[in-house]
Amino acid sequence: MAGRAIWKGLLKIGSTTIPVKLYSAVADRTVRFHLLDDKHLMRVKQHMVNPDSDEEVTNQEIKKGYEIEPGKFVILTDEDLESLEPKPSREIEVSEFVPPESINQQWYERPYYIGPDGDVQGYFALAEALENRKREGIARWVMRNKSYIGALRSQDGYLVLVTLRNAAEVISARELPTPAGRAPSAKELNMAEQLVGMLEGEFDASEFEDEYRKRVMEFIERKAKGQAPKLSAVKTKRKTTSLDSVLAKSLESLKKGKRAA
Amino acid sequence: MRPFWSGTLTFGLVSVPVNLFPANRPSRTSLRMLGDEGAPLARRYFSQQTEKDLDADELVRGYEITKGKYVVVTDEELDRLAPEKSRDIDLRRFVKEDSIPPVHFERGYFLTPESGSEKAYKLLAETMEKNGLAGLATFVMRGKEYLVAIFSDQGILRAETMRFADELRSPEDLGLPKKKKVPVATVRKFEKLISAKSKKEFAGAKLQDEQAQAMLKLVKKKEKNRSNVVKVETEEREPAKVIDLVAVLKKSLAGK
Repeated sequence: MAGRAIWKGLLKIGSTTIPVKLYSAVADRTVRFHLLDDKHLMRVKQHMVNPDSDEEVTNQEIKKGYEIEPGKFVILTDEDLESLEPKPSREIEVSEFVPPESINQQWYERPYYIGPDGDVQGYFALAEALENRKREGIARWVMRNKSYIGALRSQDGYLVLVTLRNAAEVISARELPTPAGRAPSAKELNMAEQLVGMLEGEFDASEFEDEYRKRVMEFIERKAKGQAPKLSAVKTKRKTTSLDSVLAKSLESLKKGKRAA
Repeated sequence: MRPFWSGTLTFGLVSVPVNLFPANRPSRTSLRMLGDEGAPLARRYFSQQTEKDLDADELVRGYEITKGKYVVVTDEELDRLAPEKSRDIDLRRFVKEDSIPPVHFERGYFLTPESGSEKAYKLLAETMEKNGLAGLATFVMRGKEYLVAIFSDQGILRAETMRFADELRSPEDLGLPKKKKVPVATVRKFEKLISAKSKKEFAGAKLQDEQAQAMLKLVKKKEKNRSNVVKVETEEREPAKVIDLVAVLKKSLAGK
């Protein structure tokens, strides 16, 4: 099934433009539950009420307020909110290019695929150029009355745009002190390095599966058939031993595992 | 402020009890829904059958198997579906930290050591940072399994939750055109453009939410003009406390 584009626009670098389409790169796999009322097992509805009087307040009557101090609100009218909306635009403007490793992972938020909308050659040429130059573009655009900043990058020859958080949202490790406590010894460091080295490999996303999601779905299917699956109680926890003896044991068992394989 | 989650990070047989704190501040611009007199409103659920409001203990969670037919699943059942082992963040793979495509990243959490586990924490942080590695694991928290990458940055461990492979679409899924050979000259033209607009570093501090800033400005102006300002009694509800996340993290990293 081909995906539907959610937005169309013009990718703009300097005076060069490429017409593009935007697609969500995320496929939602969450097991969706609904809230039911326990007597009738029917879906519940929701409304807003005044908690003092329990009286319903309809959508037309609801006001939106910004809390400036506890219990004190500045009301923003629909006109106020409209005046704050960015000017509509069809351009994704790429202002600069930076080395990908200078963008900490914390900034990335939500990925979109960009597809060509006509100029297939320009599209793939830009993807290739980003790859060759090892750069990500910093892009700004307005979509559905909201302004976005994103990183434009090449992934397996295609263009992706990952939205970025803003500076007020990201707490950098540089703002924080190094953790207190005693430093590990050279011997411990050496063993830890060996241990981590034995577990090192290439990144392969398919190595990891959401097994819990599968287990929940299986459980639901069996329950639907009227079976009552048995579940074990949750147990808690374990004792600690000295760090270097645990490191030594870990290395030993990993080495054994490798030999057996 | 209580940690978002407390649990155990393991590599090999080494276990490091840790606390998780959000690495992102919430948006400053969330608005409250208010009634006519300015009273903050509450969301209530009501029965379609009786039209009466329902209390929390009259609500259950159901999965729709066929139209209008639900299987009820309780919190306890969801809890019991996760074996004890799956609640640990067990680092079973280490990869070069810049080899993970950013499309996977969702949300960050700082890890702070539980008292007594500082040395093991530092050992892992130092080993990873020195070798430029990130550790990967899956674990179950609050009825959901998470794929996380653990990074070490300035001696501090940070978990980034990640989308699983099947939570990401591929160009084929979306029906994007097949890759095409393009003339070298066209690629060169873009390479030149990229070089001309290249900066040495990403300047995150410049990423300001201008819409949010404009809103705060408007709020200030309206407050000064006393237009549309309402005050209500707040005995009933706890005022929304502004949490200084950085202060919380500093305290936790200092072992307090």
